[in-house]
Amino acid sequence: MSATGRLDKSDRTLWEAPPPESKSPEQVSRPSMTYFQDAWRRFRENPAAMFGLCLVAFIVILALLGPAVSSHSYWEQDLNRTNESPGGEYIFGTDSLGRDLFVRVMTGGRISLLVSVIATFISCLIGILYGGFAGYAGGGADNAMMRIVDIIWTIPLMLYAIILMVWLGPGLHNILIAIALVYWVNMARIVRAQVMNLKETEFVLAAKVQGAGTWRILTRHLLPNSMGPILVTATMMIPGAVFTESFLSFIGLGISAPLASWGSLCSDSLGALRSYPYQLFFPAAFICATMLGFNFVGDGLRDALDPRLRR
Amino acid sequence: MARFIADRVVSIILTLIAIITVTFFMMHSVPGGPFARDKEAPPEVIRALEAKYHLDEPLYVQYVSYIKGLLAGDMGPSFQKPGVSVNDIIRQSMPASLKIGIVTIVFVLLLGIPAGILSATRRDKPSDYAIRFISTLGQTIPSFVLATLLIYIFSTKLKIMPTFGLRSWKHYVLPCAALGGYSLSFVARLVRSSVLEALGQDYIRTARAKGVSEFQVLFKHALRNSLIPVVTYVGPLVATVVTGSFVVEKVFAIPGMGKFFVDSITNRDYTVLMGLTILDAALLCGAVLIVDLLYGLIDPRIRVDR
Repeated sequence: MSATGRLDKSDRTLWEAPPPESKSPEQVSRPSMTYFQDAWRRFRENPAAMFGLCLVAFIVILALLGPAVSSHSYWEQDLNRTNESPGGEYIFGTDSLGRDLFVRVMTGGRISLLVSVIATFISCLIGILYGGFAGYAGGGADNAMMRIVDIIWTIPLMLYAIILMVWLGPGLHNILIAIALVYWVNMARIVRAQVMNLKETEFVLAAKVQGAGTWRILTRHLLPNSMGPILVTATMMIPGAVFTESFLSFIGLGISAPLASWGSLCSDSLGALRSYPYQLFFPAAFICATMLGFNFVGDGLRDALDPRLRR
Repeated sequence: MARFIADRVVSIILTLIAIITVTFFMMHSVPGGPFARDKEAPPEVIRALEAKYHLDEPLYVQYVSYIKGLLAGDMGPSFQKPGVSVNDIIRQSMPASLKIGIVTIVFVLLLGIPAGILSATRRDKPSDYAIRFISTLGQTIPSFVLATLLIYIFSTKLKIMPTFGLRSWKHYVLPCAALGGYSLSFVARLVRSSVLEALGQDYIRTARAKGVSEFQVLFKHALRNSLIPVVTYVGPLVATVVTGSFVVEKVFAIPGMGKFFVDSITNRDYTVLMGLTILDAALLCGAVLIVDLLYGLIDPRIRVDR
């Protein structure tokens, strides 16, 4: 000890040699985690996100298995037993044509979920490629491409969806196409912003130096590194697509009978709302639960994939 | 500043021209015409009607004459309502949508911003949980479900609210709640997260350290700095809400513009659809411009003329 009371670093007796097993500084004490393993760990610790995930899984399983376990089919009518209250033989009751509402809601869920997931997937694909090229190209091409996006954004999207639906005619495929062609704009904007940030980084420069082409840089370097925001946006797009699908079905431009979706079931129930409110309640409750689930998953993903945003 | 506004106005006009062109040709490519009926009219009659409205001319001629009319402020006649022009339709249906829309925006802001502030300042207390629960729920209910539920509960069961029309203040409560429910929830959540973020900043600690009252810290320092995302969201919302909602107007039987959006497409009422699209797009562009100007007012660091 020196006179000033501080540790004298030259005093060798104060230092102990480290135990031999910890000698290698290179040794990794825990297995390293990939980005997604790390995100999954954070996601798992978020109760709201896990609740959302379970809710979505529960609804998907119900929609997939529900029609199979029921002894009725979604189109089978029993005109002697119309508008039966929930409970008893029909869990959710029957509709005005004596069809089992439980099976109809489950089959409707299949269609609503299928339409929204596939439409989201297609519009993500369009948005990612479009936004990716615009952001990477920059300059005049970017300007022109983004002007087009601005114009599409300014037209009321629902109006475009309706025009497309009238043009294509009602039906499962057409609803899908209409939603996909309308909602890629947001994704394009987000991907473009990400790509513009990332393209100035050193690893992109390194890839360029090694002679990688535009396509390779885009698909191997830029897009994987923007996966976080892309995933979050995609998760948030699914409930949006459920909304749009149910709205289109609600105004009579969606799925045609005897097929049903949650929106068309809500719409069918309106005539008899005063007497049989449960016919609106069940499909509406499933729409809300789906929205809730996907919103929680989306929020959880955002927190998990981008820890800087956590509060 | 003037330069910035002039630039933006030019780009808005270009955008509008592009929108008019795209919508015009898209609409005319939809199969079926305005005079196709379930009961087939004789072909001579249809031909005569088409000649009367110049629908028999080549598309580009129709386009040019439409633009000419538009420049003179004339949006053309409706194809479905004989003798009624699109200007008449907009003049008659706009007031109802406008009133509902403005009341909705006021209601969204007056309820959403305080709810967000309350939720942020009483973080993790019961009131915060209650507000977060309600606002999360509010974001999951589609407007057509909310509208029918509100009518069912307050008009059919409790009988305390009227179901249709716009005669007294009571008539506004349910439609505005249905129209604004989603946005209200969104604004509350937005304000909560941005106030929380602002309260964590260093300048808040500085303000507290120099003895500024908590009220001033909250409203002068934190709130002002968290208004940017709210303004960004509410600007375009005004344009959307003011032009009417198909569902809410249908459920509450309000004579507004919303129903024409869907009806004009299914009836192939070309001019009405064009008029509404132009109105909607122009309002949206205007709202975005105002939002950009407001940024500079809220946060002087953001200068519009870079």
